Amino acid sequence: MNSAQMVLLVATVLFTLGLVGVLTRKNVIFMLISVEIMLNAAGMAFVAAGSKWQQPDGQVMFLFILAMAAAEVSVGLALVLQIYHQHKTMDVDRLKELRD
Amino acid sequence: MQQLLTYIPTLPLIGFIVLSLFGRKLSKPVIAAIGAGTVCIAAIISIVLGIAFLQTPPSGGAWQQLLWSWFKVGTLTVDISLRVDALTLVFIFIITFVGALIHIYSTFFMWRDADYARFFACMNLFVCSMLLLVMADNLLLLYLGWEGVGLCSYLLIGFWYDVPSNCRAANKAFLITRIGDTALLIGLFLLFKELGSLNMTTILQQAPGHFAAGSSTITLITILLLAGGMGKSAQLPLQTWLPDAMAGPSPVSALIHAATMVTAGVYLIARMNGLFLMSPVTMAIVAIVGAITLFVAGCSALAQTDIKRILAYSTISQIGYMFLALGVGAWSAAVFHFFTHAFFKALLFLAAGVVIEALHHEHNIFMMGGLRKRMPAVYITFLAGAAALSALPLVSAGFYSKDAILWYSWSAAGGSPVLWFMALAGAFITALYSTRLMLVVFWGEMKTPIHEQPNRGMIIPLLILAFFSVTAGFIEWPHNMFQVTLFADHVQRVLPETLMKQNEPSEALLQGIAALVTLAGIYLGYVLYYGKSGVRWQQSPGLSATRNFLFSGWKFDQLYSFVFVKPYLFLTRINKGDVIDRLYSAIAQGSMRMNTWLSVSQNGSLRMYIVGVLAGILFIITLQLFL
Repeated sequence: MNSAQMVLLVATVLFTLGLVGVLTRKNVIFMLISVEIMLNAAGMAFVAAGSKWQQPDGQVMFLFILAMAAAEVSVGLALVLQIYHQHKTMDVDRLKELRD
Repeated sequence: MQQLLTYIPTLPLIGFIVLSLFGRKLSKPVIAAIGAGTVCIAAIISIVLGIAFLQTPPSGGAWQQLLWSWFKVGTLTVDISLRVDALTLVFIFIITFVGALIHIYSTFFMWRDADYARFFACMNLFVCSMLLLVMADNLLLLYLGWEGVGLCSYLLIGFWYDVPSNCRAANKAFLITRIGDTALLIGLFLLFKELGSLNMTTILQQAPGHFAAGSSTITLITILLLAGGMGKSAQLPLQTWLPDAMAGPSPVSALIHAATMVTAGVYLIARMNGLFLMSPVTMAIVAIVGAITLFVAGCSALAQTDIKRILAYSTISQIGYMFLALGVGAWSAAVFHFFTHAFFKALLFLAAGVVIEALHHEHNIFMMGGLRKRMPAVYITFLAGAAALSALPLVSAGFYSKDAILWYSWSAAGGSPVLWFMALAGAFITALYSTRLMLVVFWGEMKTPIHEQPNRGMIIPLLILAFFSVTAGFIEWPHNMFQVTLFADHVQRVLPETLMKQNEPSEALLQGIAALVTLAGIYLGYVLYYGKSGVRWQQSPGLSATRNFLFSGWKFDQLYSFVFVKPYLFLTRINKGDVIDRLYSAIAQGSMRMNTWLSVSQNGSLRMYIVGVLAGILFIITLQLFL
């Protein structure tokens, strides 16, 4: 098993952790953090691929992901604040207004 | 002179328009003046025209007046065009003259009615439509008048529309005549398809060259025309509407359901005589329908207790005589019977209206009685009418017309002893029920006090009609008495001459038998109904089954209810949910079902959505791997 595969394995574990977090957590903020973890796992896979083929594209892609994650978190946190203001809760299971 | 033609139907039309638009604002004398005045002027014009026609017959035997072109479609051109020949002249005279008398009578009869203007508007529209019907030179304009009179009949039967049974009677009349009207319309379509024209003169000219005599096409067309006539003229099997149509005011019964509209069928057949002569089958059917109708309706009249229903059944029966005469080819005899019948039947209805009004709207003849001394004028006029109805020999108009029909029903080319016997039986029954009506209403004790004496204005039309009921027959004598055949000479300018059998029976013998049978009927009526015996006879239990059978008009209503109405209602009850609609409601229900299934997934749980997204991704990746 070479180093690229090792890194990909770590990235997979990280992605799965994030996914499980999104699926199981009740708190919206934790779900948001889990999504960040999944993004970072994807970024890690890009970096590993870039070092494997000796190309700069992987690192460029990671920078894009980083910028996007920052934007996403700022928007996401703003939404979370609004949710909290309106519903006084962070529990997604109780935020089921869409159903009606 | 010919230009005056247009005014005959136009005047009543103007009356209708004025009364229907401004009727509510006008006072009753003004309404009466407009309603009756327009028809009276039309009557005067038609008499003047009639005299002019008789003095100098127009070239070609008819006046023709083109008013305007109605429409043009392809080769079909339909004009609003009037044509007056000898036959039409007879009808115009009856419609306007008897119509005017009835209008004058109505101005007094309806005086206390709140809807005075509506009544006269409908009556004027009726006179206009009826005149259009007989003056039309093409069949489509005739059909317009035909539907117009049907509409007015409906409006006037249901004139007192706050009584539900009157509305039912109006609906019944409209629906049943509509069956005939539809048949007539199909007949017109067929005629147009075959001959490419609806102009009556053209049709009668081209028909002999186009159709083979007795071919199935011409038989079908004439049967359809006949069906139209049977609906309007209340002949078997479409007769059931006329007795119920008595729900209308008495002048309406006199004008529409006795003198004019119900004889539209007679006019149609007489007008289309060329077509009917080409189909011996149809001619036989016309005669048989007439013979059966006159017998069936006559028997029903025997058992009725409502004075107007007796007269209604007798109208059906008398029109049966006209159909019988048409069927055996005695064209002029049929039209002559129409001519005399219009006088005496209008008279009887108007007199009945006076009696009913005087006795607090009492219709049952057994609640009347003893009116002979108290209402002498009505008694005398009614007697003249009843004598004409029962064809009292020599002194009544009905004798001259009915005797001719009886004679032709045997001796004309299409006649037979069976038809003659039916007609003879009908004559006996007619005499019997006329006598019964006369004796029960005017003799005996008074059972209902007279509420008020009739207005003199109502008596004068009765007297005029009574005069004609006695004298109208004198213009046409039986061949073996005097050679006076003014009427036949007049109408035979248009109608073909009656063909006779080779070895005809003795006319004097048949006349004698007919006269004896009539007198026998009157005598039997006298025996059965004079004094107290009438009531006893009427209540005798042994005859109650027969009486009920005849009272209900041979149970035709029940038969139709059983054969047509009940199955139809049964089908509608089965099809309440509408079979065709099932398909569409199934589509709608399927969509609703899928909606409930899919909306389970729309549960608002963010976690489930993520699972859904994940499942989708896995599905796509799996597809990528395996395909």
